[in-house]
Amino acid sequence: MLAIDDIVVHYGVIEAIKGITFEVNKGEVVSLIGANGAGKTTILNTISGLIPATSGTISYKDKPITKASTREIVSSGISQVPEGRRVFSGMTVKENLEMGAFLRKDRANVQKDLERIYKSFPILKERLTQDAATLSGGEQQMLAMGRALLSDPELLLLDEPSMGLAPLFIREIFNIIEEINQRGTTILLVEQNAKVALEVSDRGYVMETGKLVAAGPAQALLDSKEVQRAYLGG
Amino acid sequence: MILMKIFNRTNISWIVLFILTYFVLEGLTWAGIIDPFYEITVVNIFINIILAVGLNLIVGFSGQLALGHAGFMAIGAYATGILLVKMPSGAGLIVSMLVGMLVAGILALIIGIPTLRLKGDYFAIATLGASEIIRIAILNLPDLTNGAVGISGIPLMVDWRFAYFIAALTILVVSNYIRSSPGRATIAVREDEIAAESLSIQTTYYKNLAFLIGAVTAVLAGSIHASYFGVINPGQFTFNKSIDILIIVVFGGIGSVTGSVVAAVVLGIINVYLQQFGALRMIIYALVLIFIMIFRPSGLMGNVEFSLSKLFKRPQDVPGSIENMEQEKGA
Repeated sequence: MLAIDDIVVHYGVIEAIKGITFEVNKGEVVSLIGANGAGKTTILNTISGLIPATSGTISYKDKPITKASTREIVSSGISQVPEGRRVFSGMTVKENLEMGAFLRKDRANVQKDLERIYKSFPILKERLTQDAATLSGGEQQMLAMGRALLSDPELLLLDEPSMGLAPLFIREIFNIIEEINQRGTTILLVEQNAKVALEVSDRGYVMETGKLVAAGPAQALLDSKEVQRAYLGG
Repeated sequence: MILMKIFNRTNISWIVLFILTYFVLEGLTWAGIIDPFYEITVVNIFINIILAVGLNLIVGFSGQLALGHAGFMAIGAYATGILLVKMPSGAGLIVSMLVGMLVAGILALIIGIPTLRLKGDYFAIATLGASEIIRIAILNLPDLTNGAVGISGIPLMVDWRFAYFIAALTILVVSNYIRSSPGRATIAVREDEIAAESLSIQTTYYKNLAFLIGAVTAVLAGSIHASYFGVINPGQFTFNKSIDILIIVVFGGIGSVTGSVVAAVVLGIINVYLQQFGALRMIIYALVLIFIMIFRPSGLMGNVEFSLSKLFKRPQDVPGSIENMEQEKGA
């Protein structure tokens, strides 16, 4: 579904991504794990067109999207939940969700999707008219995910959904991620919390300073001695 | 359906308020309380409302600090000043406004398209520079603008009613814009540019759109100024004037149209009242500003908007909006 081929990304003169190749197949949950500064977020931002790639190609459903604008990428069915929650404070929860449907013209279906999102995130329905800034961290993460889902994506890019959340909330967020996947949305997940991420994933890739150092089925990575020592704490 | 959308609660609230205020003003004029002297104050307040509401769209809603609003006002004033002398008629006034809006609009895009792509203070500096360029260009084009002397004897086509109408129109345009889909996008860009971009909102486009609308409304204020007072010169449109407008915006509440209106009225009245204190006036004016910023740091209104339904609602209902009540009924 999504194929990244030998992608290189620079920030000025610094080479952040040094030629990475991987793919995400339809219906999968794929996680990209690695330490701080490995380039995980850069990869996601490059896929969604926020940062240009220096070389290499990204194709989505066999069409190249390397040079496409964010707008074209979102309307082709890829939606990103940026790192650190980033809800629009000063807007209500409902208005935040509606921003997710910014490009959509099919109002009836948007309404249906809203109802579905209220089912996945019942807490959001209770808080519809509250200012998004008054939500707790976990609730904001749910709002950011709900907002991304409202653009009706086939591929959802999640950037560090567990960041700064209490363990209980992490559990809940990852249950919802599995649920979203079971409804048919493909998910590419970027996480530092490797264990939780791999537990919900089909496959995983391990990144280190701009390069892939390991890849395989999620269970194999969880069992691998090397990954355990480097990322799972023994 | 479309009528329902145009006559929603907020618009009806504003229109009811406009009509009531109009009759009050008409009554005060008839009773002689607004005499020719006070009429100047009233028109100045309307001009300031137009300027502040337009600037609030740029500073408050798109979150971009603009320091050159007086420049766009000058374009409006000079467009009307130059053209109205040649075409002294109502049509001439309208044509001059349209010409001013066109020139200011093009200029806004020339400034905005390169600088609004950037984050940080570039835009503030660029608008500051642009407004000075406008003023100095006016000073140095004596054939067209009569240089430093300015233009006098501009036909007086505007009365307070026209100024009031344009101010009301500006408020309606801006308050509808911020509740429209592009308006929501503009606010989203202000709150978080990265999140907005990841939702496919073209951030530069919406920042430019807000800047364009703000610049064009300033032209209207300049035109009214020219054709009400009949005298314009470059000294009226300095950096100080831009700051005066910014003060109204900050004082009223960054991100509240209602706040800008209230602040323009309050500061207008304070100014008149303080005239009896002579030289002490500016000190008292500054102290009032400082005290208000200490006790109400987010401005008089914060980011709250005026609405009739809020006025008539019991206090405990306020947090749950009308939408909420409809939702609950629907559920």
